[in-house]
Amino acid sequence: MPDMTSLAHPQQRSFNPYSENGGTILAIAGADFSVIAGDTRQSEGYSIQTRYAPKVFRLTDRAVLAVNGFAADGNMFVKKVKQRLEWYRHAHSKDMPLRAIARLIQTMLYARRFFPYYVYNILGGIEEDGTGAVYSFDPVGSYEREACRAAGAAQSLVQPFLDNQIYFKNQTPALGTSHPAHLPLPTVLSIVIDSFTSATERHIEVGDGLEMYVVLAKGRNLQGLEGVRGMQELTVTDDGERVFVVRRDLKKD
Amino acid sequence: MNTFVERFTTNASNGLFCGNGAVEEDEEFSDAMWGSEAGFGSLARGVPSFTVPSVSDPAAFLRLHTDDHADPNCKIKIQHGTTTLAFRFQGGVIVAVDSRATAGSYVASGTVKKVIEINPYLLGTMAGGAADCQYWETYLGMHCRLHELRNRERISVSAASKYLSNLVYGYKGMGLSMGTMICGWDKTGPAVFYVDSDGTRLKGDLFSVGSGSTFAYGVLDQGYRWDLSDEEAQELGRRSIYAAGHRDAFSGNTCNLYHVKENGWNFIGNYDISKLHYDGPGDVAGSPGHGYGYDLRVEGRSSVNAPEAAPAVAAQA
Repeated sequence: MPDMTSLAHPQQRSFNPYSENGGTILAIAGADFSVIAGDTRQSEGYSIQTRYAPKVFRLTDRAVLAVNGFAADGNMFVKKVKQRLEWYRHAHSKDMPLRAIARLIQTMLYARRFFPYYVYNILGGIEEDGTGAVYSFDPVGSYEREACRAAGAAQSLVQPFLDNQIYFKNQTPALGTSHPAHLPLPTVLSIVIDSFTSATERHIEVGDGLEMYVVLAKGRNLQGLEGVRGMQELTVTDDGERVFVVRRDLKKD
Repeated sequence: MNTFVERFTTNASNGLFCGNGAVEEDEEFSDAMWGSEAGFGSLARGVPSFTVPSVSDPAAFLRLHTDDHADPNCKIKIQHGTTTLAFRFQGGVIVAVDSRATAGSYVASGTVKKVIEINPYLLGTMAGGAADCQYWETYLGMHCRLHELRNRERISVSAASKYLSNLVYGYKGMGLSMGTMICGWDKTGPAVFYVDSDGTRLKGDLFSVGSGSTFAYGVLDQGYRWDLSDEEAQELGRRSIYAAGHRDAFSGNTCNLYHVKENGWNFIGNYDISKLHYDGPGDVAGSPGHGYGYDLRVEGRSSVNAPEAAPAVAAQA
């Protein structure tokens, strides 16, 4: 027999289309390169859904997008960005420049101002003038160009480390010396790896695998990238910019 | 033919929102997106269209999932917390802002550009939703350019601010959040207008917006005169943002200072608020030559080592 008392009470229902899938992404811009990285764990609450769900995607040979937050929204968003970039390629016979992709992402996110994508985006790559760049976005499209940015579950663990190691915040240079404006690629790569191994130790939603995308400016040699373990080239065009991915394992507990 | 004509008719009523009831996927993409208008799309289509969830009360849905005002538990964090100010004086308009963005109690960024350069002679400030300000003020910039092309003269600050005010008023109650000052110089001279997402639009000499505005007003009101020199005015802007950064936890990091003159705006500088406290703004026009912090003035002083008292007026008797 149905429970008549519970039926008598008013019930409230709400449309709840969002979830949170953990993980962390980060990007660092150098003088003539850019590194965009993310872990590959996907979780919901305390359970791990998969140990390999990519959060970083190659858009063009000079642009890489990292997406964090709600995985379903993120995957859909990346799919739509890629579609718009393909349309652009068909209309103009060239890849969209990085700053234009950044503005495109703003308008695409803001078009959902009243039904937001629950995603934090970081766009990294090479600008038309050959400099490395990082753009970070909030879920409804506010964006800014920066030198480095971490987002996601371990944002509050990683960003202070980056502020100290990239921007040299709260560090005083030794007498007669000064901090470098841009760090070399090998240094940046080891900072990224250290960020993720440390975040894996202290955050339960980070771990399993690490994917680091490296975008090199036109004419830049591999300097410091040759012989890196687990590296694979993803370059498609012969425009000059080159994209690589470096895959590493992170702890799986 | 009719569909072709419609594409180039300026008609704001042709659907502010798409997806009434079920969201129609194709409606999201116009033919224009194939070509170079990727991004804002063809302006001829009127106001861009937005996807709305198919629920009975979309505004309530948005409130539930975003930190509209003060709910740090919500998933989607929109950048908040700010001090911005702008004032009109004899030498133009001074615009000064801080650069901190917070999500709950986390400092999400310390390098936010809260002055939006709409075009070379119009500035907008950012308080409230960062995306709302950035997006609509960029959009305003495009329409200011169209106004120039159509009328062969620059848009007045009054007209530009009213354009923005009418735009956001069309979305009243939908959850937009912006408090902005539109600043510039037109035929009437220097002008400042306050525009917010409730639809308020005010003309005035002096405004401050954001969580730190009360602290900024304290310094600003005390030091403001119409006949301030350029150097004095710039120093007042800097000093006011410093005061807000010092006393308001949601404001801080750095101060960005702009000066609008007859031939457009100039970026004056970026000042670290901690540096302002200890060392002052450095070698710039209007600098006091020392830090703003009161603790420096009283350092080492106590009742046994009091600063020399000013001569008492009563002693004359």
